[in-house]
Amino acid sequence: MATTTLQKKKPISPMHSTIGLKLMMAVSGLFFVLYVLLHMYGNLKILSGRAAFDEYAHHLRILGEPMLPYGGALWIFRILLLLALVAHVYSAFTLWKGAGEARSHKYAVRSAAAATVSSRWMRWGGVALLAFVVFHLFQFTWLQINVGGEFSSPAARVVAAFGVWWLTLIYVVALIALAMHLRHGVWSACQTLGYTSTARARRTANAAGIVLAVVVAGGFLIPPLGILFGAIK
Amino acid sequence: MTDTTTYPDTAAPSTGPDSDSGSVSGLVHGVYREGEPLFDSKAPAGPIDKKWNERKFAAKLVNPANRRKLDVIIVGTGLAGGAAAATLGEAGYNVKSFCYQDSPRRAHSIAAQGGINAAKNYKEDGDSVFRLFYDTVKGGDYRSRETNVYRLAEVSANIIDQCVAQGVPFAREYGGLLDNRSFGGVQVSRTFYARGQTGQQLLIGAYQALERQVGAGTVQMFARHEMVELIVVDGRARGIIARDMVTGEIETHMADAVVLASGGYGNVFFLSTNAMGCNVTATWRAYRKGAYFANPCYTQIHPTCIPVHGDKQSKLTLMSESLRNDGRIWVPKRKEDCDKDPRQIPEEDRDYYLERIYPGFGNLVPRDIASRQAKNMCDEGRGVGPEVEGQGRRGVYLDFADAIGRMGEDAVRTKYGNLFDMYQRITGENPYEVPMRIYPAVHYTMGGLWVDYDLQSTIPGLFVAGEANFSDHGANRLGASALMQGLSDGYFVLPNTIRDYLASGPYPKVAPDHPAVVEAQESVRSRIDTFLSCQGTRSVDSFHKELGQIMWEYCGMERTEEGLKYAIEQIRALKAEFWTNVRVLGTNDQLNQSLEKAGRVADFIELGELMCIDALHRRESCGGHFRAESQTEDGEALRHDDDFAYVAAWAFDGDDEAPILHKEDLVYEFIELKQRSYK
Amino acid sequence: MRIKVRIWRQDGPAAQGKLVDYDLDDISEDMSFLEMLDVLNEDLNERGVEPVAFDSDCREGICGMCGLVINGRPHGNTGGRDGEANTTTCQLHMRSFADGETITIEPWRADAFPVIRDLVVDRTAFDRIIAAGGFISANTGSAPEAHAVPVEKKRADRAFDVATCIGCGACVAACPNASGMLFVGAKITHLAELPQGQPERWTRVQAMVAEHDADGFGGCTNIGECSAACPKDIPLDVISTLNKDLRRSMLH
Ligand SMILES: Cc1cc2nc3c(=O)[nH]c(=O)nc-3n(C[C@H](O)[C@H](O)[C@H](O)COP(=O)(O)OP(=O)(O)OC[C@H]3O[C@@H](n4cnc5c(N)ncnc54)[C@H](O)[C@@H]3O)c2cc1C
Ligand code: HEM
Ligand code: HEM
Ligand code: SF4
Ligand code: F3S
Ligand code: FES
Repeated sequence: MATTTLQKKKPISPMHSTIGLKLMMAVSGLFFVLYVLLHMYGNLKILSGRAAFDEYAHHLRILGEPMLPYGGALWIFRILLLLALVAHVYSAFTLWKGAGEARSHKYAVRSAAAATVSSRWMRWGGVALLAFVVFHLFQFTWLQINVGGEFSSPAARVVAAFGVWWLTLIYVVALIALAMHLRHGVWSACQTLGYTSTARARRTANAAGIVLAVVVAGGFLIPPLGILFGAIK
Repeated sequence: MTDTTTYPDTAAPSTGPDSDSGSVSGLVHGVYREGEPLFDSKAPAGPIDKKWNERKFAAKLVNPANRRKLDVIIVGTGLAGGAAAATLGEAGYNVKSFCYQDSPRRAHSIAAQGGINAAKNYKEDGDSVFRLFYDTVKGGDYRSRETNVYRLAEVSANIIDQCVAQGVPFAREYGGLLDNRSFGGVQVSRTFYARGQTGQQLLIGAYQALERQVGAGTVQMFARHEMVELIVVDGRARGIIARDMVTGEIETHMADAVVLASGGYGNVFFLSTNAMGCNVTATWRAYRKGAYFANPCYTQIHPTCIPVHGDKQSKLTLMSESLRNDGRIWVPKRKEDCDKDPRQIPEEDRDYYLERIYPGFGNLVPRDIASRQAKNMCDEGRGVGPEVEGQGRRGVYLDFADAIGRMGEDAVRTKYGNLFDMYQRITGENPYEVPMRIYPAVHYTMGGLWVDYDLQSTIPGLFVAGEANFSDHGANRLGASALMQGLSDGYFVLPNTIRDYLASGPYPKVAPDHPAVVEAQESVRSRIDTFLSCQGTRSVDSFHKELGQIMWEYCGMERTEEGLKYAIEQIRALKAEFWTNVRVLGTNDQLNQSLEKAGRVADFIELGELMCIDALHRRESCGGHFRAESQTEDGEALRHDDDFAYVAAWAFDGDDEAPILHKEDLVYEFIELKQRSYK
Repeated sequence: MRIKVRIWRQDGPAAQGKLVDYDLDDISEDMSFLEMLDVLNEDLNERGVEPVAFDSDCREGICGMCGLVINGRPHGNTGGRDGEANTTTCQLHMRSFADGETITIEPWRADAFPVIRDLVVDRTAFDRIIAAGGFISANTGSAPEAHAVPVEKKRADRAFDVATCIGCGACVAACPNASGMLFVGAKITHLAELPQGQPERWTRVQAMVAEHDADGFGGCTNIGECSAACPKDIPLDVISTLNKDLRRSMLH
């Protein structure tokens, strides 16, 4: 125990190292960021009226035609999303497990000096997001959960659903979780990719995280709140 | 400068006639015997600048294929030991490296702040190898060996090259080249530094080189292992006994040669700037096995340390000497003012004593003078700061009010900010407002095991490097020269000289049941058993503190014959009590810090006695050592070159026997002897 | 002042441990935290109770040997939040505590740093990380003249700033993941900033990270507690530099 003579171990390749996992998480996470930005933009179409929204949903499906079949582009994107999700969740849980094993005996008294709330909620926040996404897919993609009635037009579905207060509440909570995830995630991804090697770059990345969190959560919230309070019909 | 101490009524050791020669029963001063003179047989004759090259050429070579078969034990991972282990590992020897800390990176070299000297002459200000050599000999008050010091100066430049190549981040100028500063009162700028953490950066360089060899498998590292005995077989050093401090296992490690690089023994004073674990055990055990201990009384006392605040204090902290460049040192003129707020004491009631006594140098007098005068002021009852039981007030002011007035607070902050912060953290006082308090503290030990030009002790196969040997600093060390010596020994000198010894190896294998091995193991076990079974009433620390007080009082900055004799008596009594009344709880088979300390303190007590004997016999004031009986009319140190221009190397002659003094005459061929004067 | 300490006592690596309370009433504000423990130990020794084992050596904040988690903070550091600069445990003084306070003292908790006894842990994993690659290979005697390679001052300064790491392990103790990346990052950055460190740059980072992971430290998820606990204020930048170097190393 008291000697430092090197013990020969199986070398860990860089990609499978903890930093490699983080790189995977950062790249997939940033892909998610891209996705939510696009999705938010799409959702905001509802401000231009139901028709614009339905048109947009339709457009997504005919994108790339006739090179791609109906819904082809969407499917490519979905596959990428799914791959990213697998990568993101795999790395998140591998690191989570590793962290648990790295400190099997916990402190009796613990007091954080610097960690932000967002950073400490990344893992449970991520799980919450995953749960939300599943719920959300059931609702809008697989159409298994129908709140406010069944409709064939996406816009109608959306407007009907957010007229229900508790559903809107679920979305508000989910978006707060998303904002927190992004607030830390954006800075974290920059750090993981190595773009924050000065104090200034670190501040910039942190600011970017906050701005993005606010923009995304704010942008997403406009349609449901607008609907709930009757501004959007 | 009269000594006012009175001595309780104890019988002084039976003293012979007051001379160095004849006495009853062959004892001098009743405490030692004199043996044959000693000399260094390894330095080749000829011009001083050719000696080292010649020696390296003459030293036998070891065929690379044979190196793997040669085992070398190195105790210590400071600059000296770490550098040696890395270098010998690179060469392909089989190295075992030991340290008592949990990692080799923590050796006390890490604490050095100021810098490291090297004769690079980058400033083109007239520096040269010869000038560094000259300054070191003069700084050591002509009590060091010329040949060794010249070699030190000669290899100094290579040290910087080596460290830079390892990535040591020395301070640089805007052009990207290395910066230098002047340090320790010399007139050239030859000191390389890395802010206030030069020792740390140099040590990390050596540590990294060492770990590289650990990774390569040439060096085996034994951290948290304490060497507790030396194994000598047929007159040669063949191994050590080490205690695994985690499991308590008593391990036997055999080798073809043993290197001790275990640092200094300043902790004999209990309070010092040394780390808590610094000890003399490695070298003391070697002394008891036949290695000579040279100049044990040579210790360096540093004037600018943070004073003692109470009797529970565990160590003293050094602040850079550079503070004396701008701070003014004073004490109140009257004793009554000593507990006043210093800011309330008007200028005319202050005694800027260094400026008064030494108008030429003022606050910049050498370390020993600044230290001694501070002690004198406190002995007169004019010390400041909290009263410490039994010692009075131990501190003098170091005042920056003038400097702040002259340069502005911001300029002072830029220059000394980190030191001021450190002071404030430790004392809770703000030095920008209230003058700092400082007091001298033990800082470095020039004495150590005697070695020849090859760094080999009087036991063949036992080499000693760094602060652990009696080193190249004579009776006083220049600032920034210890780091230089440690690295010079470790990187460049030892690896070249030890091969001459190893070339005759591998030495015959020693059977595990060889009587010398068994004896060493058993003595270690029985010592540990004694500690654990003693079940007395006093803690190890209480003995250590008491020893420290005796040493500081009588074998510190100023010594007298009477005081030293009294101290010897006290130490002997303390030793007797220690072995019968110490309390060490716990067992051997686990981490047991009291047990570790017990072994160290037992050795410190014996060393303390030898230090006093050495101090007693050296009836001259030289270097950092003021002998009250040897002073000029105006109270300055007086050296006696006719009687004492020698190295005092002490041999152990048995537990109840007086030690034997062997003198190595110091011959000055290239430098002329002069008395120092700072008036 | 009077204080109560709750100290983790554990007989050996395999033993069960627990928090034990002790009262101390004669503590001076000027004492260092470790001197307070010295006083406790003298007292315990007197009472026939084995003293508390804790590590310290230099007691001046430079060797990195000391390290206790005090009230949930490694080295008792506040991350600069209470207007106090970060320190090592040995440089913490009792005046930072209130009269009558209860102070909880635990060892570094990380599986890569197993407890040896009481408050003493084994940090040799850090040495293994350095042995894996935390060096510049420059055999003794092979060095060119020191001035042969000038170093841009800005880079030299950054190299120095991060070379001040004392290897204490507080970063690991503070990190919720028990990750050692601040320590690794400090060494990577120190050597990567210097021209001398370039030839081995890419192999070094791979080897050190691999060893770090194999030693059982957790991965870094950019929480930032490490830097806030670091007595030498090693900034989070070093982890960014480390990440970037590892990423780039895969292309080399
Ligand atoms: C506060 C301070 C500031 C200083 N500043 C300067 C400066 O600015 N410039 C300068 O030149 N010098 C300075 N010095 C002096 C210089 O730092 C030391 O003299 C030098 O570093 C000693 O190096 P070393 O390798 O001989 O021993 P150390 O670095 O002390 O190493 C001793 C090694 O031996 C090991 N060891 C000891 N005993 C045992 C044992 N029994 N068993 C196993 N291992 C053992 C220890 O674990 C350690 O690894 C300073 C000293 C101090 C205390
Ligand atoms: C209030 C805000 C939101 C609204 C109104 C909304 C609306 C919708 C609608 C209508 C669909 C179906 C689209 C279609 O099939 O044509 C959809 C799909 C989806 N949404 Fe949302 N959404 C919101 C927030 C979110 C958030 C925060 C996330 C992610 C964290 C998300 C992730 C998804 C995903 C993954 C799909 C499936 C996409 C696909 O079919 O490939 N949504 N959303
Ligand atoms: C599905 C469940 C999810 C889980 C379990 C999860 C979990 C995590 C975890 C544990 C981290 C690392 C935390 C850290 O680095 O400090 C992380 C990072 C990140 N996540 Fe998620 N997350 C999920 C979904 C999402 C979604 C939907 C998005 C985007 C909208 C996202 C974007 C990010 C980003 C950008 C990062 C930063 C990457 C990095 O740290 O390098 N995550 N996530
Ligand atoms: S990075 Fe800081 S906290 Fe971590 S080991 Fe180095 S000095 Fe200690
Ligand atoms: S606290 Fe831990 S998660 Fe990373 S940023 Fe520091 S190592
Ligand atoms: S004991 Fe050395 S840093 Fe605290």
